[in-house]
Amino acid sequence: MNTLKKYLGLVWMILGPLAMIFLFIQAVDKVGLTHTEIERTNTILQWAIILFIFTPISLGLMIFGFYGWKGEYAKLPES
Amino acid sequence: MSETLPKNNIFKVIGASSLGTLIEWYDFYIFGSLAVIIGHQLFPEDAGASALINTLAIFAAGFIVRPFGALVFGRLGDLIGRKYTFLLTLVLMGGSTFLIGLIPSYKTIGYAAPLLVLLLRLIQGLALGGEYGGAATYVAEHAPKNRRGFFTSWIQTTATLGLFLSLGVIVITKNILGAEAFGDWGWRIPFLLSIVLVVVSIYIRMKMHESPMFSKLKAEGNISKNPLKESFNNKANFKMVLLALFGATMGQGVIWYTGQFYAQSFLENSCKLDFNDSRYILLWGIAFATPFFVIFGSWSDRVGRKWIMLSGMLLGILFYRPIYQIFLDDTDFSKISQNDILSSKSSPVISVLIPNSSDSLRTTITNVILKNGASFNKVQSDTVSVSKGLLPAKDILKDKILPTPIFWKFVGLIFFQILLVTMVYGPIAAFLVELFPTKIRYTSMSLPYHIGNGVFGGLVPFIATLIASFSGSTPLSGLWYPIGIATLSLIIGTIYLSNKRDESIND
Repeated sequence: MNTLKKYLGLVWMILGPLAMIFLFIQAVDKVGLTHTEIERTNTILQWAIILFIFTPISLGLMIFGFYGWKGEYAKLPES
Repeated sequence: MSETLPKNNIFKVIGASSLGTLIEWYDFYIFGSLAVIIGHQLFPEDAGASALINTLAIFAAGFIVRPFGALVFGRLGDLIGRKYTFLLTLVLMGGSTFLIGLIPSYKTIGYAAPLLVLLLRLIQGLALGGEYGGAATYVAEHAPKNRRGFFTSWIQTTATLGLFLSLGVIVITKNILGAEAFGDWGWRIPFLLSIVLVVVSIYIRMKMHESPMFSKLKAEGNISKNPLKESFNNKANFKMVLLALFGATMGQGVIWYTGQFYAQSFLENSCKLDFNDSRYILLWGIAFATPFFVIFGSWSDRVGRKWIMLSGMLLGILFYRPIYQIFLDDTDFSKISQNDILSSKSSPVISVLIPNSSDSLRTTITNVILKNGASFNKVQSDTVSVSKGLLPAKDILKDKILPTPIFWKFVGLIFFQILLVTMVYGPIAAFLVELFPTKIRYTSMSLPYHIGNGVFGGLVPFIATLIASFSGSTPLSGLWYPIGIATLSLIIGTIYLSNKRDESIND
């Protein structure tokens, strides 16, 4: 299980930035599809909220992955 | 210390903590439950679907700031004590809710209306960020070590009971005033009423004593000098914060908000159910499922927290799409045949000139009653063009009332979803309390809890509605957000979390 925890750490480290790239592409795409100025303002606002929130979380996922890779979760305090 | 606390005392502690938390949830939920009406009041009349999405964004903003509230009030709670901190959060929350009830509409003050509401929502979110951690920590620090799941699960019921209370007040107010007066000004009453509940709760909380563990720590001079630094700058603690977030609270948040919030939003906006019908379904579902918070909380004291929580996530992942497909199929009245109709009555045609045009919009509303007891309104909005003649638009079927068997089937499906909520949510307070030491517990447990619930969970209605609005989406597409997040949390929780409990939290 500890080996799995370690190698999955790599997956989380990669998943963080991948998720942000996906969200950024989606934001550009959806803003580009708007037709009116009001729609554009609303869409930019909505995607700005999403990017603002998920950027630090994806960073947290990378740190979690790094800790996993380093074996920090091999032994938990309660075990 | 906590082991010797008399039983009636622990129930006083639970009662006082729970009442305040319940009121805070009530305050928080009335906004979400009235999103459609508030959207009409806060934004221009021609804003259409963006009014709802923007209102949901304002609603979501309250969730987004919850982690910041967790940091600010968690720090205060670890520095000056649990009691005074969550007294302050209660005042902030209740005051903001009362003021939302007084905000003038867009017609009166323009865009200042949504901006003021946004500001008050942010204060609500900050306050709620500080409230829950305080209540859960306070109760857990009074509870016997082998009953921590049972006692803290009472706190967990308050989120659902707060929703129950908010729905009940909304339905009663609307039924007394009528739909028109309620949409016009009556929606303010549930907001204004909250002040009475808050005053009662403040009175009760003033009489409470400080947590015994915190008092002991303070007497010994061992309270944390800088809880934020000790929580997040200490690798051993910070890794547990991340594990709690990604392995538990993230999945728990989306399961919770899908079952309680998105379900209602879906029934109302996608299935076009009648306002009261959609709320009655939720009320019944909540009433039947709420005892399970305590059942699963208590069970987690015996079998561990991990697998109960993760089973709730797994069931949500497997069953959300089939459940919501049933919602859609059973409310699809467009396929009824003429033989199914018992009566149909049209109201007078309303013609309105389209602004800056010589064309007009002709609207006819037909109330249709079916033989099986169901009914709905068919709204035909045709454009009468001077140059092109009559341009018929697609009919909209709304205000649907379900036949009795389908109504109870929906209650069962909502009950099942809230049962999953009780599985993921019942044991989590005890789970979080046991992860962190007393002197930084309030700060440390509040952050993952509020990012998981407030950010991942609170954004479910907003993101799911947004995804469903993309071209090429189906009404079920929005479910991929909670399903995806719950799957990730399930994988991380299964592999990284331990089912063992740290029974001693007296450190």
